[in-house]
Amino acid sequence: MSTVVEQVWASLAHLTDPEIPVVTLRELGILRDVTETPDGVEVVITPTYTGCPAMGQIEDDVRGALDEAGIAARVITRLAPAWTTDWISDEAKEKLRVYGIAPPHTTRPDVSVVKFMRHRPAPDAVACPRCGSIHTVVSSQFGSTACKALYKCLDCQEPFDYFKPY
Amino acid sequence: MSAIQPSVAQDRSKQASAPVGGSAPNAVGSVGAPIEYILHLADNAVVLGQRNAEWCGHGPILEEDIAMGNVSLDYIGQARLLYQLAATRMGGDATEDKLAYFRDETQFRNYTLLELPHNGPLVGYAVSDRDYATTVVRNFLYGALMVLVWDALEKSPDADLAAIAAKSLKEARYHLHHAADWLVRFGDGTDESHQRAQAAVDHLFPYTEEFWTPSVAEDAAVAAGAGVDVCSLRAAWDAIVNETLSEATLVRPQVRGYVPEGKHGRHSEHLGYLLGEMQGLARAHPGATW
Repeated sequence: MSTVVEQVWASLAHLTDPEIPVVTLRELGILRDVTETPDGVEVVITPTYTGCPAMGQIEDDVRGALDEAGIAARVITRLAPAWTTDWISDEAKEKLRVYGIAPPHTTRPDVSVVKFMRHRPAPDAVACPRCGSIHTVVSSQFGSTACKALYKCLDCQEPFDYFKPY
Repeated sequence: MSAIQPSVAQDRSKQASAPVGGSAPNAVGSVGAPIEYILHLADNAVVLGQRNAEWCGHGPILEEDIAMGNVSLDYIGQARLLYQLAATRMGGDATEDKLAYFRDETQFRNYTLLELPHNGPLVGYAVSDRDYATTVVRNFLYGALMVLVWDALEKSPDADLAAIAAKSLKEARYHLHHAADWLVRFGDGTDESHQRAQAAVDHLFPYTEEFWTPSVAEDAAVAAGAGVDVCSLRAAWDAIVNETLSEATLVRPQVRGYVPEGKHGRHSEHLGYLLGEMQGLARAHPGATW
């Protein structure tokens, strides 16, 4: 007999990001927590980029999956701690790569903002998700969505998305 | 009002669920930033977001068209979180949509810099007259301020505001990086791009004086212990701006003492047109959804 919390996790396990359908919300770190409170079960989600248009869809998907499973739970959006790409699991990063999106490097939170500008970090050496070459260049710091930059591989000549550290 | 937690199965078409901040469910009563201060931050974000979104479909190159769309999304996302926070604290029937769409020009508390069109001085205001150097310089001057503001507010004891600041800082770094890269490319580029970048710097720099004259709302936020003393950020802002301008081979102009008053609600003639476009649909069809 599984607990209601386990049932909620199970009912949400299949939900994926609407824009990156190969990774689940849990793997991305968007689905944060499921807890049992005196007022009922709470499902906590956290937004990625503040303006990410997929968040509305994600919230609807979570509610829909709960309804389908016949589970009454509250969906709570929580901002803190702020979502970070460091929460994306290694398995999910590999899935991103296979899907054609170069996975994010680890964030560098210790750099002060002034230092950040004074010694602007060299762009991460991003490996091409197709051929593995690190002979790649940034085409644009903003790609098909806010969370991605556009890169180009100088070896296989293919353009590709890089999931930016956040 | 302490109704920060969203209701169960809320209809998203009516109002997005209000976000929950840090560990404290509601900072009001302990340390809370004044609503006017939150609106100042929100209005800045929504006005520049709306302005930059004008490049959508009109960008100088495809990559920049997309970049400005994404930067605008970030700004509008930040504005939404701030309006939601303000609305929650105002209570009653306040909503993020009412704050964005049903306040008039003089109620907006954004910097004048952010409402100016993408056109340099002495040219027309047609779409074809838009100047990307003006866009880049504005994004740079404001972006350099906001990385510092969010960095400070991330440590605010107002947990809800700190939570928004922590997210916004991550985005502001990308915005500043993007604008600085282009500023250097333009300034240290061709004769034409250098000349236009310098003209944009000369045109917009005087508007930054508004950053350094605190408003009543900003003073109140500092007094409440929840805001940031903007003047304390000036040396760091100068360092970012001077170094980038120098790298871009551009000259920082002398400022002659004019201080705009957008954050007091006294705006240029341009804000009304911007709001007219932004608010028109919501006012013509109140409650419209899609």
